[in-house]
Amino acid sequence: MTVGDSAGRLVRLFALTGGRTRPSRADFTLISTVTTVDPQPATAARCQPEQTRILRLCAEPVAVAELAARLDLPVSVVVILLCDLLEAGRITVRPPRLVSRTTPDLDLLQKVRDGLGRL
Amino acid sequence: MAGSDLAPDASSAPDTVKILIAGGFGVGKTTLVGSVSEIVPLRTEEPLTIAGLDVDDLDGIEEKRATTVALDFGRITISRELVLYLFGTPGQQRFWFMWNDLALGALGAVVLVDVRRPECSFAAIDFFERRGIPFVVGVNGFHGEHPYPPEDIREALAVPEHVRVLLCDARDRESCRDVLIALIDQLIASAVQA
Repeated sequence: MTVGDSAGRLVRLFALTGGRTRPSRADFTLISTVTTVDPQPATAARCQPEQTRILRLCAEPVAVAELAARLDLPVSVVVILLCDLLEAGRITVRPPRLVSRTTPDLDLLQKVRDGLGRL
Repeated sequence: MAGSDLAPDASSAPDTVKILIAGGFGVGKTTLVGSVSEIVPLRTEEPLTIAGLDVDDLDGIEEKRATTVALDFGRITISRELVLYLFGTPGQQRFWFMWNDLALGALGAVVLVDVRRPECSFAAIDFFERRGIPFVVGVNGFHGEHPYPPEDIREALAVPEHVRVLLCDARDRESCRDVLIALIDQLIASAVQA
């Protein structure tokens, strides 16, 4: 990839986010799951094409990292698009399972172990 | 279901957890992820100038180049309610600023070691030890061959006694699964002890 190509891609990415480089909220980690609200709110304004793709992909819950890979967009850009969709009431987000170092969740660990054992 | 109070409308979505697959550049991290993942490992590429870096190593260079850092990951569906993600950490040391974010909320890590050049994974072991993030060591044999017993490698890497060191083959599904199970067993053992 030449410098010119990557710079061009960066410009396009900035255009997608309206020039923003940081998300407005911190709801989205790599493994937060996103689900499209069904039915969509009647009052919602029109989406840009990338956001329409997100809504289609998230008909079933999808993790943020997977969404970024499927859209072939950086996670940082996808998160900004997701913030807009969340604020418009078009998606819901589920945070990852909380992992505590001080009080480990034995039940969770046993479930993971059982699942790996079935591989 | 845990977490459903935070997002009542998302209660049909599964819980998600993650394990990091770490180690030096080219030790077989993506191969391991691919061996156990139910999907072909996915990749996201993050342009560094967008990633929110306050300090940019490239500042001062006349022509600033747009660099990207790639993140490979896979998925294992444990049950309808629980999905495990495996993230291969970027190997090159200049990308280690990403590790802190990646490590946040992880169950633990597998440090993969190339038996021919174990020193490449010293820094990864150091990273997890300093932060108190539980890990096991998987020794990836070249072509699946293991010239040294695990105890020799433990000594060479100065890995503490409570950390499991396992010989493995990153290309082999069962072998990689066993390394992941060893990590979970280690987590269970220390939870029961506590």
